[in-house]
Amino acid sequence: MAASAQSGFKARLTSLGLRELTLIPALLIVGFVGWLNNPAFLTSDNLLNILQQSSELSILVIAETLILLLAKIDLSLESIVGFTPMLGAWLISTDPSLGGSGLGLNPALAIAIVFLTGALIGALNGFLVVKMRLSPFIVTLSILILLRGMTLGLTNGTTLFDLPNSFLYLGSAKWGSVPASIWIAALLYLFFGIGLRYHRIGRALYAIGGNSEAARVAGIQVDRVVWGTYIASGLLAALAGLMLSGRIASVVSSQGQNMIFYVFAAAVIGGVNLNGGRGRLVGALTGVLLLGVLQNVLTLSQVPTFWIDAVYGAIILLALIFARLTGDRAEDV
Amino acid sequence: MQPAAVEVRNISKAFGASQVLHDVSLSIPVGVSRGLVGRNGAGKSTLVSILTGLLAPNSGKLLFDDVEAPAQRTSREWRNKVACVYQRSTLVPTMSVAENLFANAYPGNPSWVNWSRLRAAARGICEEWELGVNVDTRASDLRVEQRQLVEIARALAKGARFIIFDEPTAALESKEVARLFDRIRRLKREGVTLLYISHHLQEIYDICDSVTVLRDGRVIVAGAEVADLPKDKIVEAMVGEQIARSTRRPPVLSASSAPALSVKHLSLASMFHDISFDISPGEQVGLAGLGGSGKEQIAEAIAGLLTARSGDILVGGVTLKPGHVPTAQLTGVSYVPRDRRRRGILPQLSVAENLTVSIQRTFGNFGWIAPRRLEASARQLFSALSIVASSMRQPVVELSGGNQQKVVIGRALASSPQVLVLVYPTQGVDVAAKEAIFDIVATAQARGAAALIVSDELDELRNCQRVLVVFKGSIVKAFGADWSERDLIAAIEGVDA
Ligand SMILES: Nc1ncnc2c1ncn2[C@@H]1O[C@H](COP(=O)(O)OP(=O)(O)OP(=O)(O)O)[C@@H](O)[C@H]1O
Ligand SMILES: [Mg+2]
Repeated sequence: MAASAQSGFKARLTSLGLRELTLIPALLIVGFVGWLNNPAFLTSDNLLNILQQSSELSILVIAETLILLLAKIDLSLESIVGFTPMLGAWLISTDPSLGGSGLGLNPALAIAIVFLTGALIGALNGFLVVKMRLSPFIVTLSILILLRGMTLGLTNGTTLFDLPNSFLYLGSAKWGSVPASIWIAALLYLFFGIGLRYHRIGRALYAIGGNSEAARVAGIQVDRVVWGTYIASGLLAALAGLMLSGRIASVVSSQGQNMIFYVFAAAVIGGVNLNGGRGRLVGALTGVLLLGVLQNVLTLSQVPTFWIDAVYGAIILLALIFARLTGDRAEDV
Repeated sequence: MQPAAVEVRNISKAFGASQVLHDVSLSIPVGVSRGLVGRNGAGKSTLVSILTGLLAPNSGKLLFDDVEAPAQRTSREWRNKVACVYQRSTLVPTMSVAENLFANAYPGNPSWVNWSRLRAAARGICEEWELGVNVDTRASDLRVEQRQLVEIARALAKGARFIIFDEPTAALESKEVARLFDRIRRLKREGVTLLYISHHLQEIYDICDSVTVLRDGRVIVAGAEVADLPKDKIVEAMVGEQIARSTRRPPVLSASSAPALSVKHLSLASMFHDISFDISPGEQVGLAGLGGSGKEQIAEAIAGLLTARSGDILVGGVTLKPGHVPTAQLTGVSYVPRDRRRRGILPQLSVAENLTVSIQRTFGNFGWIAPRRLEASARQLFSALSIVASSMRQPVVELSGGNQQKVVIGRALASSPQVLVLVYPTQGVDVAAKEAIFDIVATAQARGAAALIVSDELDELRNCQRVLVVFKGSIVKAFGADWSERDLIAAIEGVDA
């Protein structure tokens, strides 16, 4: 059934292993419309701006893709984005009256704590999923709610400003004429993209997501890999959180809120299968870029502010349908 | 002339670029039992899927009782025409046996479930097939052979006049096969038309009137009477050449050499107790027993999948860490599970990766995999087992059932293991591939590997120098190379001959 509906274009892309790139035409169309609407779209400043604004999302998408490949789920990522930098900033601040701790911790140490906390939260998720055999959905949903609450509680909901430059470095620095966050995201995509394809652990993710029982029989240490992946995704989320705080030079208590929806949208549009074992990072990246470009085009265009979200949602839906028709194969086996 | 219960006219089917069926025609007169044979990947199951409406052909026609098949391929009309026991499991693992038996066709009012009636009807069927399970058991908790019986019982319960069996006996024991054949003979007397697929050619002679041979998606023999077609002619038509069948019993290396595998007083509550045996390098030993005898659990313990409560397993003198697959593998144990679909294949990964997943650490440093080394190593196994696939990059889930099994067996051999634990190694593979698998095991033995064949198929045990019989969790008898079929079967069944 699916085979007969297969267009020549799709078949060719599939045979080249480039099924994921079927989103590129959609990306070009959105870009073209954006340019027609407002020629400012196609300036290098604007394009770099899009990339920088997408960098945190793109890193979360790496984290979620790793988890989804395992046929698991992690909803808590967006709360790690909010909580870990808030904790770091709270420890650094010297003035309790502005919501800080008054401890005045060394920023380098605070950054280390940010990453450590991200890893610990990931480890806790992994422990509950692997050892306690709890449902990943419920576990990470609870952690999401818990951390959201802790982020608010820590500073009574205030926003922390006046953070040292070293704490903001990752999200604000430029390497060459390009923001560091773009470099970091690009390097991570390269690293994880190659790792998923050519490293034993990367292949183990696909094996476990496809058939975890068979993976165990084949000698893959399923529990260890799953646990490790949750830790890695916690770390990535902490990094994304630091970058986001750095970019806006403060930590808001709602930082990261609702990001998880866009994480899923990008991954799924990009061909990552929610049932595990299928999808690639290139695809997920095209999903992120599509969302980023779309967001930007909508902002530049004359869509009334209050309608932007609705239009955004509708176009995501269209992109999903488009991706199904052109690239994603239907499950016929 | 007899009307045809089913007629296939010039059907062709391709998956992407690979043409699986070429212009296939087949006609089965009402009341005839037709055998369908061919090598793994010949296209048998694909033809079955077309007959049952799961797949649409690219061209060609399909008629039931001389009337063109219903337009809607999943309609009730179509389902009433034909029932099928598929090669792959079609049970819903999370649902009970009773629900699976009557999936979507509840007794009584079909829109509402009458649970007591459903259970009663299911209980009747379970008794008839001597399933010995509660009808509320979840399908996922059934053993392989029980699952297969549920599939069969379900197909027969529909009362269709045309029934397809795709390798129904691959997972059954001899007693269950006999029961199935009784039922099939009864169906034949009632005038039901059958299409029967098997790699056990003897079964074709036992229950079919005529036979169709497929090779590479083409009809080679079109419905010849079985009486006119001796076995080697069928094999020749399947393979395209003659193959020799031989017994290989390579000499055991000097008996004084230390055992390659040594199992000492292994026990696991309710599964097996006090199991002890040694296998020398180069020796092949059979572990026979009924479905619930515990022989497969012993194999799982050796592979590190189950943790025995007491006792030791030594490979080349090294004690294995209990219940830990990676150390078992590193110490030299390779294992082929019985349920290849559920526990063997990594569905979305390519054939090449499936073949080499256990030896990836040898393809580069720090876990990196050099694709060329992976390819080279996979290609060797790929051709040795003559796996049929469009390329080594094809996802293994797209392969035919028998070829998936070959992939899992190839994986076990990839690491040049010291101890090979093979559970029903040739189940579901075609005659030629069977010989190829025996050859490869013999080669491994010749370089000093010990082989443990866990099976009760006499054909798979024929190269064993010794056969140990497990009954209710204990080894009750050991035979030398001169075992006779009668004695072995008696010991397996637990009757003293
Ligand atoms: N969904 C699919 N996509 C691509 N190729 C497929 C698909 N399904 C089957 N094939 C190919 O079609 C060929 C025939 O497969 P089929 O399952 O019909 O073989 P078979 O004769 O039943 O073999 P076996 O005895 O091993 O069960 C195989 O080479 C297989 O790789
Ligand atoms: Mg088949």
